[in-house]
Amino acid sequence: MTPIESAERALRRSAVWILVSLLLLAGVYVRALVFTPAEVVQGLAQKIFYIHAPSAWVAFLAFGLVGLMSIVYLLLKDPRADLFAASSAEVGMVFMTEVLVTGPIWGKTIWGTWWTWDARLTLSLFLWFVILAYLVLRSAVHEPEQRARYSAVLGILGALLVPFIHVSVYLFRTLHPLPVVLKPGRPTLPGSMLTTLGFSFLVFTLFFAALLWHRYALARLTDARAHADAERADA
Amino acid sequence: MRARCAEALLTAAASPAADRSALEVRSLERSFGHVRALRGVSFALGAGDSLAVFGPNGAGKTTLLRVLAGLLRPQRGEVLLDGAPLARADAAHRRRVGLIAHYSLLYDGLSAAENLAFYARLYGVADRAGAVRRALEGVGLADRADDLAGTFSRGMVQRLAIARALLHAPSIVLLDEPFSGLDQRAAATLREVLMRLRAERRTMVLVTHNIDEGLELATHVAIQVAGRFAECAPVDGDLAAYRRRYAEATAARG
Amino acid sequence: MADLLRAAWAIAAKDVLLEFRSRTAFVSALVFTALVLAIFNFARDPTAVSAIDLAPGILWITFTFAAMLGLNRAFALERENRALDGLLLSPVSRTAIYLGKVLANLVFVGSVEAIALPLFALFFNVPVLPVLGPLVLVIALATLGFVAVGTLMSSMAVNTRLAELMLPVLLLPFLVPPVTSAVQITARLFAGRPFSEVGAWLRLLVGYDIVFVAACILFFESTIEE
Repeated sequence: MTPIESAERALRRSAVWILVSLLLLAGVYVRALVFTPAEVVQGLAQKIFYIHAPSAWVAFLAFGLVGLMSIVYLLLKDPRADLFAASSAEVGMVFMTEVLVTGPIWGKTIWGTWWTWDARLTLSLFLWFVILAYLVLRSAVHEPEQRARYSAVLGILGALLVPFIHVSVYLFRTLHPLPVVLKPGRPTLPGSMLTTLGFSFLVFTLFFAALLWHRYALARLTDARAHADAERADA
Repeated sequence: MRARCAEALLTAAASPAADRSALEVRSLERSFGHVRALRGVSFALGAGDSLAVFGPNGAGKTTLLRVLAGLLRPQRGEVLLDGAPLARADAAHRRRVGLIAHYSLLYDGLSAAENLAFYARLYGVADRAGAVRRALEGVGLADRADDLAGTFSRGMVQRLAIARALLHAPSIVLLDEPFSGLDQRAAATLREVLMRLRAERRTMVLVTHNIDEGLELATHVAIQVAGRFAECAPVDGDLAAYRRRYAEATAARG
Repeated sequence: MADLLRAAWAIAAKDVLLEFRSRTAFVSALVFTALVLAIFNFARDPTAVSAIDLAPGILWITFTFAAMLGLNRAFALERENRALDGLLLSPVSRTAIYLGKVLANLVFVGSVEAIALPLFALFFNVPVLPVLGPLVLVIALATLGFVAVGTLMSSMAVNTRLAELMLPVLLLPFLVPPVTSAVQITARLFAGRPFSEVGAWLRLLVGYDIVFVAACILFFESTIEE
């Protein structure tokens, strides 16, 4: 099977899985909205949590994959590692944006303010900026090998940055406590809520994996087509 | 069109005194994305040989030179100086190579003497001040030693670039379109310098798209088209024949 | 090792000489600094917010943005006549090139800071002298951190079309730990708090410097070798 055919097949298969995970996602929402009890204090708004928390997990997973694949690229110089990292960054960007949108929506309904410098939200914001920098850098460099090298360096440095931002935010928070009444973040949940949350995490991970696979297949296809075109021009 | 260089021809023609080639290249390959700039170039030169590489724009000549200089890593193949691979971390190898190009590698904001002194420091040249003075005298720029390189004409810049390239007495000199944009006087100076280098038995590789420039200096000629050597052979004096073959090779490609 | 430092020194000296002669980046940074300090001071309501509350943040914003005006200079000057090839052709190690550039940038940023700090003390009427020692230490540590990362980022940014825009985009997230620490420590110094309170922030700052200087040295070669 030629690279083009193999990429096209991956594209089709991953599309199926995207559909499957979307259906499962709908199922999770139905369960969350209809079958899971509402939280006493926050009411309906708390249901955003079933989207917000898993999105955050997936976004961080994507970021971690970018860092890992960047190391792989610098060691092996395999362009596929670069394509994978780039795909993960793009998909991760989508989920991270979602975190930054659902967070404030949730915050506004329960705390009355759109934004607080909550530890996790702040970390998410800065990681969003790092992924943005990664994507902007890639779009500004045209030569593929140079682009891969630069992205890999930024990816690894970005991954190294995460613990430092986390500590910065943590120190800032403990010394400047938030003027909020409610404890944000993961509350202690009763059984059925926990189950819904668990399902949500699984389905989101599946959704992420399918999207990543699809995006990577698309990158491989574009690359294979460009390669074939270049070869035809040579002959 | 022969796809590979006639290695045996070149090696045999190389100086019999050298049991190892001064510069040897094996199956170099290098791509930029999907563009294959070098598709397997091989040749061997003995000490004192000069290879002139002709080719149209886009043939990969500059890429070849940059690989020889150690500025680019080949994706396949290797470069050997005196039999030892050009490992790019090796400072000793880099000391043996000099590059003269159509860009000067100089700082416009520094004077001629300061530029040379800087490079003398980087290369660890002994007796810096003396070496700089001699280098400037050698290219006729001694009276402009303290003028900023940015004020120099193109010809003077090229002369200073030559001084810079030869400051550390490299045994292998690489030239990338060195005559480009030069006036008569500067071109004459350059030709003199190259003749002197030949007399000093330094190994040279000159790439150019202008066949007239290299032929009189070269001991060997190669024609590079689309990342490969279409031809290479020792110079045997029939310049017109080379011009014909060059025209054919480039026409066949384009 | 000695060779490496000597080569780095030679490269830094060359850069400083070039910048000293042209002075364009340095003057822009100074003008920018004076403007920012004046505008901030002018724009706030002195009865509503005391200078001491705002001062540390303003000081560090001024330092970092003025610094960014000069960071690209180090590699931009190697683009004319492809001088960078000259450096790469020579026997000096890539680490020496990186350290030389960092050193030159430190001289640049340090000079701007040395002029900005007294101006700042003047405009904001902040007691700098009693805490000058610790303050200089904090400034040095934070500056080392963001100049080290900024130099690496600029080696990539100068090869893109909008280099002046690309550098801040790449660098700003990396400024968060050192600048936050610096602001927090500076604030406590100005408020006359005991130095023991800044222990955690200081550790963060030093940790950042160690990790990122090492990482940048390690990865610089990948940004510069083809």
